[in-house]
Amino acid sequence: MSTAVKEKSIYADAFREFAASREGEPAWVGRLREGAFGYFEELGFPTTDEEDWKYTNVAPLVRKAFPPAALGRDEVEVVGVETFVSAEAGRSRLVFVNGVYSPEHSSREALPPEVTVEELGAALAGEHGEVLWNHLGRLSGERGNAFEALNAAFLGGGALLRVPKGVVVEAPVQLLFLTAPGETEAATFPRVLVVAERDSRLDLIETHASTADAEYLTDAVVEVFVGEGARVTHYKVQDEAGSAYHVAATRAEVSKDGTYDLTTVTLGARLSRHEIEVVLTSPGAACHVDGLYLVGDGQHADTHSLIEHREPDCASRQTYKGILDGKSRAVFNGRVYVHEGARGTDAQQSNKNLLLSTDARVDTKPQLEIYNDDVKCAHGATVGQLEEEELFYLLSRGLHPDLARNLLTYGFAEEIVEKIRFGSIRAQLDEAILNRLHARLEA
Amino acid sequence: MSTIELLTNKEYKYGFVTDIESDVIPKGLGEETVRLISEKKGEPEWMLEFRLKAYRQWLKMSEPKHWPNISYPEVDYQDIIYYSAPKQKATKKSLDEVDPELLRTFEKLGIPLNEQKQLANVAVDAVFDSVSVATTYKEKLKAHGVVFCSFTEAIKDYPDLVKKYLGSVVPVGDNYFAALNSAVFSDGSFVFVPKGVRCPMELSTYFRINNQESGQFERTLIVAEEGAHVSYLEGCTAPKFDKNQLHAAVVELVALDDAEIKYSTVQNWYAGDEEGKGGIYNFVTKRGACRGRNSKISWTQVETGSAITWKYPSCILQGDNSIGEFYSVALTNHAQQADTGTKMIHIGKNTRSTIVSKGISAGKSNNSYRGLVKVLPGAEGARNYTQCDSMLIGGRSGANTFPYIEVMNNSARVEHEATTSRISEEQLFYLQQRGISQEDAVSLIINGFCKDVFRELPMEFAVEAQRLLGLKLENSVG
Repeated sequence: MSTAVKEKSIYADAFREFAASREGEPAWVGRLREGAFGYFEELGFPTTDEEDWKYTNVAPLVRKAFPPAALGRDEVEVVGVETFVSAEAGRSRLVFVNGVYSPEHSSREALPPEVTVEELGAALAGEHGEVLWNHLGRLSGERGNAFEALNAAFLGGGALLRVPKGVVVEAPVQLLFLTAPGETEAATFPRVLVVAERDSRLDLIETHASTADAEYLTDAVVEVFVGEGARVTHYKVQDEAGSAYHVAATRAEVSKDGTYDLTTVTLGARLSRHEIEVVLTSPGAACHVDGLYLVGDGQHADTHSLIEHREPDCASRQTYKGILDGKSRAVFNGRVYVHEGARGTDAQQSNKNLLLSTDARVDTKPQLEIYNDDVKCAHGATVGQLEEEELFYLLSRGLHPDLARNLLTYGFAEEIVEKIRFGSIRAQLDEAILNRLHARLEA
Repeated sequence: MSTIELLTNKEYKYGFVTDIESDVIPKGLGEETVRLISEKKGEPEWMLEFRLKAYRQWLKMSEPKHWPNISYPEVDYQDIIYYSAPKQKATKKSLDEVDPELLRTFEKLGIPLNEQKQLANVAVDAVFDSVSVATTYKEKLKAHGVVFCSFTEAIKDYPDLVKKYLGSVVPVGDNYFAALNSAVFSDGSFVFVPKGVRCPMELSTYFRINNQESGQFERTLIVAEEGAHVSYLEGCTAPKFDKNQLHAAVVELVALDDAEIKYSTVQNWYAGDEEGKGGIYNFVTKRGACRGRNSKISWTQVETGSAITWKYPSCILQGDNSIGEFYSVALTNHAQQADTGTKMIHIGKNTRSTIVSKGISAGKSNNSYRGLVKVLPGAEGARNYTQCDSMLIGGRSGANTFPYIEVMNNSARVEHEATTSRISEEQLFYLQQRGISQEDAVSLIINGFCKDVFRELPMEFAVEAQRLLGLKLENSVG
């Protein structure tokens, strides 16, 4: 108990210092910040006694007590930012280095003028105050966990994306959160708010990466509002440094006939936790939530998702796949909740895991909670190795056993990869998968 | 009206009370209660020690309230009678000495204790409130070396066996209700099948709660030695009272090398009225240990009664090549709540488990499957297949699935599938246009839905279970 109290007080000093440095912000932001910090102190960091954190122990990262990075530090010079930029988003991107917005690496050239893609600090001070006031923290506030509260307390770095009614954004918008490790290990708190108004279209690529290996914490929160008939396609690529910690929450609300498609790719970080919540609030809303986690030696990847069907005739599809190697661990917890009035719900969920090594461990818990009889719901989960029969088939065709195994593993991942619309992300994923497979061949 | 809707439930026909003089201890629970129960049963010192150890552990524990998907008001453990036994002659050498009122009660429940009258080939241990009143076919079983008796007798006659196995599968401090049971259990059944013996008949225990103020805390222990085989059934009913009653049982199964135990339950405790008033809280711990190589434990349950059901019959698959099975039908209606499932713990190599769970929720009931499949690092080649299907009848009930899958060995294969559906208008229409009445059509569809589980039940029970489901859902279509 005493250590928990101590951790809180470490953030208490940092928080006061940070809050004082944010003068000039609208008063409501200060209140939001204060409220969030109070909530964080009340909650404390989660422990494995809590059902939601049963399989993921955050004590190692809590002990580190990473100080907030943005505190009065000058912008770091980084080279090679271009290698992290998706080719499709070359002229529609915002880049953040160690949590600080980097204008010289960012570009808005390909974006129509009526679309707002702005750094959060500037947006808070500027003309978009009202949009922010109406939406910021609405999905992540009281429903959020301690990490989300901490993110709100240290709110500053991040982006506001707003697409007005009927506007179709052709180029995908990339938000690149890059860590260039400095002398001290620090925490960044990226925050993104997406508001897609009626009948608009937006493709978003959210990338978390690092220029070198280091221990640091990324605590990210993304809130997405999908308006009537709007469509938001969201790719999240988590490729943090191998020693890093990544804790994130993505919360979305989808209105009538709107569609939200999320694909997450988990490659990096020693410990990662991604909390996903999609609420289908009106009839006809739909979502796809897909993901692929590729974890190797020493990695722990945890995905917790909740898809809520509140109103009739909404559809959700979820496919999560994992490939585990070395001494790694993956956790999947997928909940589908169908409210009493949500007749005509169509929900499907599946989680499949491939264990390549003897030390890998999977804990999966797909859950259905259904309070309406007029529904079509199914879920499935599997944990295992490659199919013997498929392997035999390839061997009988003269393939080398190692090659056959790699081919099947690649095929297993491909179900997720091939659905990704952007070639640059597909290429990045293919490379990561092939690297893993080649490493196995050499080992 | 074309929509499927639950109208009424057939009257619970086992809801009568037997007027019989009982030996009752005062309400409340304390160390002296534990000592009093032990004294009443004339137990040896080691048994009292076992109880006291459990009681002391229980005091330190708290009710598991945060994770099950059930809700109920605080249980007042001081407002329960922990021992209530019908008064009768001290020794009951034969059935002629059993109180005729008791015999009539069991006859009315469809369990005639007179050997001539009952189903051939099923031996019955009848438990009334806190004690076993009669056990049939004891002598015939003894000739085969099979021990089948009440727990009280087992403590007296087979202390070494009881000492060796009691608490070895469910330790006294395992969970809140198991600890409570270990402290105050009053009777139950004991089965011992020696090496190489195939039990010649089905064994069964019938549990009856009669006293309004009492809880029932019984204990079952079944041991199958090397190569032994036994099939055991249990049934239960209780009168209709407005007050909730607690039933906290513990069942332990031990299977040694090549042994097989088949355990079937048809649970029909009083479920409370339509508004959820009264009914039994069925908080039960059931666990089997496949200790030996090639051993097998199979649980089959048909859960139709109780206001709240909280039970997870489990298998610890310790011996290499051992097999665990769980087949369940859980039906909830009106305000009933069920949070039930299983745990399969794979420890030995090439261990296999199968889980088939069918949940049916009607009225405004809430039915949850909660199950754990855990594969430990040493369980090379472990295999699990799980299928959980839910059927909802009417738009006010809930059906939930909470499977926990924890795999620590990469040669394991674990599969889980679940679906949720309802009786479709098309299915009903098809059957009706073939001249089948609406009610028979519903019954047909439900029985088809549960078929995979029913076929695991012993014949007599399967018929009983189908009938029971039919009764529970009678007039369900309007």
